[in-house]
Amino acid sequence: MKQLSSRQYVIAGLVVAICLTYIGRLFFIQIVDDKYKIMSVNNAIRRIVDYPPRGVIYDRTGKLLVANQAAYDLMVIPNQVKDCDTTELCRLINIDTKGFNDRFAKLKKQKHPWYQPAVFEGQLSGKAYAALQEKLYDFQGFYVQARTIRNYPKNVGAHLLGYVGEVSEKIVKDSSYYLMGDYIGLSGIEKSYEVPLRGIRGVRHVEKDVFNRERAAFADGRFDTLGIAGVDLTSSIDLDLQEYGEKLMRNKIGSIVAIEPATGEILALVSSPTYDPNLLVGHERSKNYVVLLRDTMKPLFNRALMASYPPGSTFKIANALVGQEIGVVTPDTRYSCNRGFSAGGVHVGCHAHASPVDLKFSITTSCNAYYCNVFRSIVEHYKPSEAGYRTWRDYIMSFGFGAKLPSDLPNELRGNVPSAEYYNKMYGKGRWKALSVISLGIGQGEMGVTPLQMANYTATLANRGWYILPHAIKKVGDKPIGVYNPKFGEKHYTKVQKKYFDVVVDAMANVMTNGTGRIAQIDSVVLGGKTGTAQNPHGKDHSIFICFGPVANPKIAIAVYVENAGFGATWAAPIASLMIEKYLKGKTKRPEMEKRMMEGVVLPVYENKTSATPVDE
Amino acid sequence: MREQRSIVQNIDWPLLVIYIALVTMGWLNIYAAVYDPENISLFDLDMQYGKQAMFIGICALVGTVILFTDGKLFPTFSFWIYAFMMVLLVATIFLGKEVKGSHSWLNIGGGFSLQPAELAKFSTCLALARYLGEINIKMDKLQTRLISAALILLPVIIILMQNETGLAIVYFSFVFVLYREGLPGGFLLLGFAVALLFILSLLVEKTILFAIIGAAAILVFMFFGKRRFSRLLRVAAVAGMAVAFTFSVNYIFTKVLKPHQSIRINALLGKIDESNRKIAEKGILYNVNQSKIAIGSGGLVGKGWTKGTQTKYDFVPEQDTDFIFCTVGEEWGFIGSSAVLLLFMTLILRIIYIAERQKAPFTRIYAYGVASILMFHLMVNVGMTLGLMPVIGIPLPFFSYGGSSLLGFTILLFILIRLDSYRMQIL
Ligand SMILES: [Zn+2]
Repeated sequence: MKQLSSRQYVIAGLVVAICLTYIGRLFFIQIVDDKYKIMSVNNAIRRIVDYPPRGVIYDRTGKLLVANQAAYDLMVIPNQVKDCDTTELCRLINIDTKGFNDRFAKLKKQKHPWYQPAVFEGQLSGKAYAALQEKLYDFQGFYVQARTIRNYPKNVGAHLLGYVGEVSEKIVKDSSYYLMGDYIGLSGIEKSYEVPLRGIRGVRHVEKDVFNRERAAFADGRFDTLGIAGVDLTSSIDLDLQEYGEKLMRNKIGSIVAIEPATGEILALVSSPTYDPNLLVGHERSKNYVVLLRDTMKPLFNRALMASYPPGSTFKIANALVGQEIGVVTPDTRYSCNRGFSAGGVHVGCHAHASPVDLKFSITTSCNAYYCNVFRSIVEHYKPSEAGYRTWRDYIMSFGFGAKLPSDLPNELRGNVPSAEYYNKMYGKGRWKALSVISLGIGQGEMGVTPLQMANYTATLANRGWYILPHAIKKVGDKPIGVYNPKFGEKHYTKVQKKYFDVVVDAMANVMTNGTGRIAQIDSVVLGGKTGTAQNPHGKDHSIFICFGPVANPKIAIAVYVENAGFGATWAAPIASLMIEKYLKGKTKRPEMEKRMMEGVVLPVYENKTSATPVDE
Repeated sequence: MREQRSIVQNIDWPLLVIYIALVTMGWLNIYAAVYDPENISLFDLDMQYGKQAMFIGICALVGTVILFTDGKLFPTFSFWIYAFMMVLLVATIFLGKEVKGSHSWLNIGGGFSLQPAELAKFSTCLALARYLGEINIKMDKLQTRLISAALILLPVIIILMQNETGLAIVYFSFVFVLYREGLPGGFLLLGFAVALLFILSLLVEKTILFAIIGAAAILVFMFFGKRRFSRLLRVAAVAGMAVAFTFSVNYIFTKVLKPHQSIRINALLGKIDESNRKIAEKGILYNVNQSKIAIGSGGLVGKGWTKGTQTKYDFVPEQDTDFIFCTVGEEWGFIGSSAVLLLFMTLILRIIYIAERQKAPFTRIYAYGVASILMFHLMVNVGMTLGLMPVIGIPLPFFSYGGSSLLGFTILLFILIRLDSYRMQIL
């Protein structure tokens, strides 16, 4: 015991040693080295934040999607302002005296510390900057801070790329990196790749002369921390295809999502109506933002990710696959259809066609009765039928429906595959059966799918049973995305075996040659497609088309939604077809169709009505 | 009545006075860190100093309650308190809101939240004291060592899962308690090595780390003791274990933690990929650089209270929490900051002195736990602002802004004061 108690001296000794070491260190930096002291008391040394340029973004072929341009902020350190020629300064930056005073009043209201720099006028024009630079010595307490802002050479991909804005107080509070005045990606790729894109800010200490001009670096830059430039990204987007898609969707509401099936790379992501991304950059940013926000067409709303529609007849393919996997359908299963499906007081209509139909023809002609029967057989294959429904739902969700995929783009919606609990609540437990929810068989009812999920589904069909999470970035710096984030290299398999896909892919090819998708056929390329119509309780139905090609070795899978456009074949199919032709051939050979699509106007008849039904998260 | 008078008489007043001094100075510094001559109001609840004043009030209340609690209750309920805190820690992972990538905060309403990891320290301290304080416990038994290690490591693992690496590492300081209770001195060195390896294995390339381990093993073999074959084997085994340990750290980070958690930790430590690594390192460097400038600019006597210009959210983030010592250095200068360090030193030495005057092993062990935790926090926090320690986000006791941390340290200290005050009653 006595021996052990002597150990107190070891521990106490350690405490004393640590404290003395630290006091020694304090002595060194506070007393021996006087550089620190000089720089902090000397008003002639200015600390300037070194904002590194944000990484730029290229498209998949190396064309510039997002670039940078220089911008200049007029900064003020309020407690250093003296004898300022207010009128002259106001003239140079084009504001009035009231605006001048308002700016100080605002800083006061924000409790901005008076010895700290603040942005007085952000993002000056090049002309204003040049004029100001000449006369800066007249304005003690003011200086110009250089930084870079975004520039979009092609005016496309606004939703996909997103925008950059100043950090909010909340972000600053919740983060250990951001400080007031920093910029941050607020949506799209800018948001999800904020960390590599932004780089890291630094700080420089510059000596200034009596004329308020910056001279040399203080103490040879010993106290500076250089900023690090952001990392450049290579997007998987094909700039030409994206631009083409935006042209096709002009004056229409809806979206196009195209994916390379083998990699999950997003080739184009169009949401219409769109806006010029350059509007959300620079001096006019907040003004433009408010205008866009108030627009009744909701141009800021990214329909490709955030609008959820019933999948319509395109969903029949999924049911054909699940039916085969469970064993209730084979390619030879036939059902007769006499203008629809009738059972137990439920009726679902169908168009006139030859009857009975087998599996393949049921897809080609898009028979409703067939899929009411398939869905019913799946659900009733299990006892009780709630268990059957749950099984069906599990299979359907393995196609990427009903949950965030998630892609690398922010704010994706989940979509909806109604849960058994939902129906239990609605009808009461044990009081609903296949017939109660029969419209799910043909992709209507409560089903909700986003265009991105639909494109992913198409890619899954093209791959015969698997998908890679869709992503819009191919490389971060020179690191392939699969290395940067391995989840974008992983294959996700559906719960349906590969062998069952052949017959439906065959049928999809038939849809193009002698089914509902004939209008979208391209010479010399074998495509597989499916039309669809999403019921719209608010007005005319939405037109849907999914398509991939070439069937033997798919290079592109695409989903097109055109709101209020009626049948899939009228608008969505030609648009999808032109997109595929453009991507595979580099140009299109059907100028008439192209002209008709680009000039066509498909807008809702009733104003102030969003026909997309956003599903609450 | 007699009981109460004896409490007042037997309280260790120096400890209480130092506590009050530290908390007061801490508040003054938080006030100075966010002070703005244009807007003065002392107890504005929107401002950190206003909230901190409220936290101090709460802590005063909690402290008083502890002083008037029957001291025997603490040993009696040690394990229950410990179990409760562990459940709370686990619950926080699931119920906690996400703050800066960690799940360690519980919302307690009114816009306030509690960080149970800060409170788990005193409960671990109690449980350890209770276990090691049993009469028949001998530190040289393997079983004793394993159970003590388990008591310490359980909160470490849970807190790691909350993504609060800094607060988890604090628990390694309990190795001093075990050392005092008879664990061979070699384990103290081992404890250092483990803590060092833990940090290094997350920061340094594996190959470099293995080279360091190898070199250390050879040095130990060459310069200490006789060169016998069995010794060689033992040294090799230890080195092998070190290598295995670095792998297991890696395993925890890649397999046990969910991908998004490990990505965040990696991002924190700068390991996502080469380009991001540089960025994160630079970010940490940036803070340390700014912190040194602030402290250095204080000179001998400092710029005076609230007169600092380098600190105050200027260029170093977290000026009122983890980097509060910058404000001390800048405004109070060498004299002030040395005085603060000496005050902390006095506090810890006093606690060790108190520990050694106990008859009850429970109180002695508990006191060493308190001393170890305070020492570790002081060493890492101040060391980090001086650029002598890696940047690990742990608060400076009694100084840093934050109710959970202040409450945690207050409870830690007041239980000790209470336990010490009835030492005479134990025969
Ligand atoms: Zn039919």
